Amino acid sequence: MTRKQRRLILIGANVGVLAIAVALVLSALKDSIVFFNSPTDIAEKHIAAGTRMRVGGLVKPGSLQRGDNLQVRFEVTDGKSDVVVRYQGIVPDLFREGQGVVAEGKLEAGGTLDADTMLAKHDERYMPREVVDALKKAGRWQEGAAK
Amino acid sequence: MIPELGHYALVLALFLGLIQSVAPLFGARSRDGALMRLANSTALMQFIFVALSFAALTICYVTSDFSVATVYENSHSMMPLVYKITSVWGNHEGSMLLWVLILSLFGAAVAAFGGNLPASLKANVLAVQSWIATAFYLFILLTSNPFLRLPQAPFEGRDLNPILQDLGLAIHPPLLYLGYVGFSISFSFAIAALIEGRIDAAWARWVRPWTLAAWMCLTVGIAMGSYWAYYTLGWGGFWFWDPVENASLMPWLAGTALLHSAVVMEKRNALKVWTILLAILTFSLSLIGTFLVRSGVLTSVHTFANDPRRGVFILAILVLFIGGGLTLFAWRAPLLKQGGLFAPISREGALVFNNLFLTTACLTVFVGTLYPLALEALTGAKISVGAPFFNLTFGPLFVALMFAMPFGPLLAWKRGDILGVAQRLMTAFGVGIVAVAAAFALEGGQSVLAPFGVGLAFYVMTGALTDLVERTGLFRAPLATVAKRAAGLPRSTWGSALAHFGIAVSMLGIICAGTWGTERIVALKPSQTVSLSGYDLSFDGLVRRPGPNYTALVAKFTVRSGSTPIGVMEPSKRTFASRATTTNEAALMMRGAGQLYLSLGDANDDGSIAVRLYYKPLVLLIWFGAVVMMLGGALSLSDRRLRVGAPRPAAKSALQPAE
Repeated sequence: MTRKQRRLILIGANVGVLAIAVALVLSALKDSIVFFNSPTDIAEKHIAAGTRMRVGGLVKPGSLQRGDNLQVRFEVTDGKSDVVVRYQGIVPDLFREGQGVVAEGKLEAGGTLDADTMLAKHDERYMPREVVDALKKAGRWQEGAAK
Repeated sequence: MIPELGHYALVLALFLGLIQSVAPLFGARSRDGALMRLANSTALMQFIFVALSFAALTICYVTSDFSVATVYENSHSMMPLVYKITSVWGNHEGSMLLWVLILSLFGAAVAAFGGNLPASLKANVLAVQSWIATAFYLFILLTSNPFLRLPQAPFEGRDLNPILQDLGLAIHPPLLYLGYVGFSISFSFAIAALIEGRIDAAWARWVRPWTLAAWMCLTVGIAMGSYWAYYTLGWGGFWFWDPVENASLMPWLAGTALLHSAVVMEKRNALKVWTILLAILTFSLSLIGTFLVRSGVLTSVHTFANDPRRGVFILAILVLFIGGGLTLFAWRAPLLKQGGLFAPISREGALVFNNLFLTTACLTVFVGTLYPLALEALTGAKISVGAPFFNLTFGPLFVALMFAMPFGPLLAWKRGDILGVAQRLMTAFGVGIVAVAAAFALEGGQSVLAPFGVGLAFYVMTGALTDLVERTGLFRAPLATVAKRAAGLPRSTWGSALAHFGIAVSMLGIICAGTWGTERIVALKPSQTVSLSGYDLSFDGLVRRPGPNYTALVAKFTVRSGSTPIGVMEPSKRTFASRATTTNEAALMMRGAGQLYLSLGDANDDGSIAVRLYYKPLVLLIWFGAVVMMLGGALSLSDRRLRVGAPRPAAKSALQPAE
């Protein structure tokens, strides 16, 4: 084998592996990414039922109900629109009414989110950035209020 | 007074850094020995001044000097001493000071132990190292001064974020930084080689120990971080594909590739240009990691503060070093002469395969981490890329890599015989197939893919052993010969076999804990019992217990296997009054290499409390495997060849005209 042939084999292998990787990345990006929506987005956009998504905002004061078997039901608000979220399991440590929350799950036909993941908040000073942006968009954010 | 001294020491380090950035370069150009040697002293002095500065900050924390802003923000007089010390780097400013401390430590180490380096290479390496250090001194002094005073000292501090009050945090960041920053040495060596326009096999031999040491620290650092997340976040997960975790995984992948390509360069004088590029990329990924974590682009527990100026400054450092490094590479790399030839099927070919898959896997992680940021910047849409993405992209690439792994060390240099190697790996294939069958029989059809993963792990482990068996002639030669050969094997051979074994051990742990673990989430009242994977856990009741700066709500559980009690587990929730925050302290009980894992949720009005219970079989193997990898690295590092230093490149000097 000449030097040129060897180099061609190497380059061929490189291009082959990269092509496979690009195909994997593209197909995975199509199927496995999750979009973030604010309650207003859900109210205004027509999103098909069964879509997986994240919803973020504040837990609406007075909306939290606890049921049997660790069921919780609450409303997420950005001050303009609300979304009902159902969840079964243990809620994050700092989950409280009036606090920021991000929930991930499937949107049901009636506009309720059937959540299977609630994102933990680590610190009382930290507000999920998505929530801040959602509140800003709805015009309900005061700079410095919850940093 | 002490904070001012610390501040002043850092300013002095900056000036030394400026001198060291320029003088040795001129020394190397004009062959001025004195100017070149200057770098040795300045590197040592830089380290001493940064260490003084760090010590000053530590004293402020230990004595709870709340007149210093960062101490006020992150410490509390009631905290145990050990957390007062760890909170030095539990915040943005302090952790950047730790970063430059380690950076200057590595610089000083090159100055002190690089005695066998050619003088001009050493001078250039130290100069480049000092560019990095100077940029970060400026960053700290201009945007994140840890010694800033408050006009009026408050009586009490605001406490360290409770989730960071943990021993895991004491070890995780320093180890991770040793890894990240350690790659700066490979970077400096690469840039120095480009400046000199000359590179040879000896270069690879000088770079390899530094890369290896950094890689070891990064391996253990990542494992520590993962174990810390596992037991403090209370979700029972050990890897979340969080951007911040990915930021440490990317340099690890690139660094692993660098280790392997440096072998080819050292042994066969080939892949020179690629190795240089990889050294630049590895440190670039470390810098990108720092940028992602420190700039506030991402929100996570690691993002301590969001000051846009800092983000812009780190971005500037990033552009300067990555852009500058790659430009220099594009300009000077063509000067480097091509090295040895090899057939596609050979040890070199296998190592190229390794590099190809590691860098491609690294690329998929890079895309998954940065795509959401890019998409948001371009279209405003917010997305999250989670585990499913990485399982679909990173997973298959890594499986291919693992499959090929045992072949590499068995192939001959230059031209290998793949069928012969496959024959020698028959035992490994056999063990793998038996493991697949056994896993299928034991699990009873829960998962189709996992048994194949178990088989792959066992195949790689046996393959790593096969390499040693082949080299020592075990089972063929008399024992005395075997022992003699084993003693004669280079330690780096033992090291790489051990490291390959270790990654398979980690893989086995990940598959078993992920697939065959059991999980239950229940609300329990006192004296109720839950059973989980053959264990009965009865809830005895809740107790309140005061801690130094928190109160803990402790749930007591008695664990029985069958009817014999085997122990007590006490998961708790700690409430920190100073920050109105609670943290979860999971309770862990070892069962062989598996673990029972309990963490608490909210207490309900009816007297019950929510509890998460997990049984995770073989979960400890995940971190044990990382330790085995690190030991493999340590063994390889102790190899005589690396300690003695490289021989001078073939004695051509006699024929060259005097300079």
